Amino acid sequence: MKYTQRSTRHHDVVIDVQHMYKRFGSFVANDDLSFTVRKGEIFGFLGANGAGKTTAIKILSGLSKPTSGEISVAGYNVYNQTEAIKRNIGYMSQKFSLYDDLTLAENIRFYGGVYGLSRKVTRERMDELLEQFGLMDFKKSLITSLPLGWLQKLAFSVALLHKPSIVFLDEPTSGVDPITRRQFWELIYQAAEGGTTIFITTHYMDEAEYCDRVSIMDQGKIVALDKPQKLKQEYQAGTIYDVFLKIAR
Amino acid sequence: MKTILYIVQKEFLQIARDKFLRAAIIMVPIVQMLVLVYAATFEMKNIKIHFVDQDHSQASGELIHKFSASPFFVAVDPSEDVWTGEENLKEDRADVVCVIPSGFSEAIGTGNSTGIQLLINAINGTKAELSYVYCQAVIGDFSNRILAEKSMMAGMGGIETRPRHWYNPELNYKIFMAPGILVILVTIIGWMLTGMNLVKEKERGTLEQLNVTPIHKYQFIAGKLIPFLLIGLFDLTFGLGLARLLFNVPVEGSLVVLFTFATIYLVAILGIGLFISTISNTQQQVMFVSFFFVMIFVLMSGLFTPVDNMPEWGQKINIINPMAYFIRVIRMVLLKGSGFADIQRELIAISIFAVSTNALAIWRYRKTV
Amino acid sequence: MNRFIAFVRKEFKHLLRDYRTVLIIFGIPIAQLLLFGHVITTEIKDAEVGILDLSRDEVSTKLTQKLLGSGYFKVSEDIHNVNQIENLFRKGKIRELIVLEENFGNKLRREGKAQIQIITDASDPNTAGILSNYTQSIVARFFSEEMAPGLKPLIQVDQRMFYNEELRSANMFVPGTIALILMLISALMTSISIAREKELGTMEILLVSPLRPLQIIMGKVVPYLVLSVIMAVVIIGVGFFIFHVPIRGSLILLFGLLTLFILLALALGILISTVAKTQQVAMLISLVGLMLPTMLLSGFIFPIENMPKALQYLSIAMPPRWFLAALKDIMLKGVGLAYVWDEILILTGMLIGFTLISVRKFQIRLES
Repeated sequence: MKYTQRSTRHHDVVIDVQHMYKRFGSFVANDDLSFTVRKGEIFGFLGANGAGKTTAIKILSGLSKPTSGEISVAGYNVYNQTEAIKRNIGYMSQKFSLYDDLTLAENIRFYGGVYGLSRKVTRERMDELLEQFGLMDFKKSLITSLPLGWLQKLAFSVALLHKPSIVFLDEPTSGVDPITRRQFWELIYQAAEGGTTIFITTHYMDEAEYCDRVSIMDQGKIVALDKPQKLKQEYQAGTIYDVFLKIAR
Repeated sequence: MKTILYIVQKEFLQIARDKFLRAAIIMVPIVQMLVLVYAATFEMKNIKIHFVDQDHSQASGELIHKFSASPFFVAVDPSEDVWTGEENLKEDRADVVCVIPSGFSEAIGTGNSTGIQLLINAINGTKAELSYVYCQAVIGDFSNRILAEKSMMAGMGGIETRPRHWYNPELNYKIFMAPGILVILVTIIGWMLTGMNLVKEKERGTLEQLNVTPIHKYQFIAGKLIPFLLIGLFDLTFGLGLARLLFNVPVEGSLVVLFTFATIYLVAILGIGLFISTISNTQQQVMFVSFFFVMIFVLMSGLFTPVDNMPEWGQKINIINPMAYFIRVIRMVLLKGSGFADIQRELIAISIFAVSTNALAIWRYRKTV
Repeated sequence: MNRFIAFVRKEFKHLLRDYRTVLIIFGIPIAQLLLFGHVITTEIKDAEVGILDLSRDEVSTKLTQKLLGSGYFKVSEDIHNVNQIENLFRKGKIRELIVLEENFGNKLRREGKAQIQIITDASDPNTAGILSNYTQSIVARFFSEEMAPGLKPLIQVDQRMFYNEELRSANMFVPGTIALILMLISALMTSISIAREKELGTMEILLVSPLRPLQIIMGKVVPYLVLSVIMAVVIIGVGFFIFHVPIRGSLILLFGLLTLFILLALALGILISTVAKTQQVAMLISLVGLMLPTMLLSGFIFPIENMPKALQYLSIAMPPRWFLAALKDIMLKGVGLAYVWDEILILTGMLIGFTLISVRKFQIRLES
């Protein structure tokens, strides 16, 4: 199959969204979203539950089609090149979605196979990731025996398995204890340093501080988008949480 | 191809860890063979017959004896009035009441015709019909013998009719039923397990993770299909072994023919299971839709009574009933030794099914939400 | 109490929102009533047979016409030699072959005897038995007419079909369908829906809510109870008005029996859900333990007395068996309590037993 590369304004723009709309009947979940994400950036999507974050991330990862708008991910458009997009992205859903009746190693091996990695490459990547994530001791454990925080780390490692250029993380830290959250962010930084673009949604306002840029969503619209520092200055607030409160009011 | 193998491997790992599935794969054939074959029977034995003998003659005694000697009837305590007979019907102590009127033997002796009254409990119409046919056979035989003795035909041999029952000389109903039950077995195992499997991935959210991978739709469907195809074939082998062991079901034809047909049939059935699960969101829905269609397919399939007895519209509907084809074929191959040439029509039909149900499943499986 | 009503209302919405399931609940009895009567029938007409007349004389032709005129048989294949036969049977083209020997007419006239061979495809033994029975009796009648014209048949059989004069299968399938549907809704659906809450973890949320455990179970059960009663009334109504299935007994007794069985089925459903952790397990137990016996071991389709002793004993433990026996007695035979008290007593005993067990199980689960 041949996919033509779309021209992008900056050669390092990996996600380009212009006027994206998603309607469910009369309900507008995404209302005219426009933004770009550059290579290696940690881009945060902030907002309360129901603000339209998950809808947007599903469109960008090819799980759902937008109603209208010009959107390209990794240089492919989301209307008819979704399979090419999927080869270049990793995805971690809000809800833990690996097989709980398989072991860690079996899960990773399976996804390695699905992404078309050879057995050897899969084995090397698995050891590398499990080592890095501190999960090596549990390689042969069933998923059901592990606490949620570790499962989230495993899900992240599966999302990184095939070395995607972009990773979408949908509320990866919800329900996880603060220490594990901290560790999780360390892993996100490490991945970003390696050149992977991170697109992350969260409703924890403190996590926004860790992002290179954040966009704040409210009722389907992007109401603010900038570096965390700039946003705090602009709204004269001490934390992003305060920024959020000011905007939401 | 490699991707498909990875899915197959994953499915087998999950099946191997699932205590419930493992039990189902082994226990369902055993239960079906032991319970279904014995319970699902229209074989007429032990029809309870109550005689109201108002004649008390040698002739009436002979007739009663003839009934008792038949393997189909069991005589229950007789009486002399119809009222007791009816009461027996009401209380389910008798299925048939046979009233022999006084004057029966006198009429026979003089060659006049006489009547016998049969009161049959017809709540179960099928059973009533069969009981009636068997009663008539006994009475007809009795009357013919007397006729031959009495009439001018004495000394003549008459037309000698020699029925020979091919393929099942003893008219053993279990040999007829067991192959049919095998079809039910592989159908339920294949259909339900695949249907449940896919929708379970939907319910748990694991399907979403798969949908963001570059996996092809056909790879996914094939990866889901192959494990259950193998399980279906395993259960068919296991069930067939049990059927031979328990009922001595013959294998007249070639097993190659049988398993070729069974493989294509299973692919068709699994395709239906997969299709239903692509349009359902919960296991409960899959279960209900499947239950509904399996029930209709089984009833119409000719499992109990021949498809030819059905009205025209029923036979038309059976063109789209895959079960009807397999039930016909498995009996033909196992009992009659039919080969590929004899089942050509069925083979073509089931192949069309296999292709179209899976095409439908692949088409309807959406990688988007 | 308000809270409880709100909860029940929510459960109702859950049930009704799933239009596919509701559609199928109504579809099952309709399809069954339509199909049963027509598709399971031993009534033979136009069975495909082959007649190989090796004699082709006046008498044999007459007998052939007589056979074909009976309406039971139909000849679609011309058979000329014996070698064809095996092939026709194997292809399933004919169910019976009737062979008239050479010189049939002459032998019959001169010696007073002749031979006919009947070969049946006994891979379907019932049909084979019936076909050869029919053939033999037609041949016997032909013989007496031919050789002794004017002689009347000796014994006339006058048959009366009790409780169901026209052999309407609806009389049998309406009660059976009621039992099946009540089991399906009250036991199977209830058990799956409770198991689903457990599997998806929403049961724990309910259990920490201010609702009492008993209220939760009752709340889950009430919609199914209502649906069961509606379906029972619908099926009886359809049976009465469309299929003319009589209701000869007392209506009060009938509804008493229905209520008793619905409660019993609900108790079974709850019991299953206390044992099953997942929907699949609940479903398998319900299917194998309840639906299968309802169809097979209750006398719904297959007469119990034809079964081997072991299965007959097993059927004693099956609630639908007693329910069906009582239901048919009340509806079709029109008998009163005096005739069905034993069935009702057994069902009541089962209801009390299953309720006690499931209450116990439920408490143990909560404590652990």
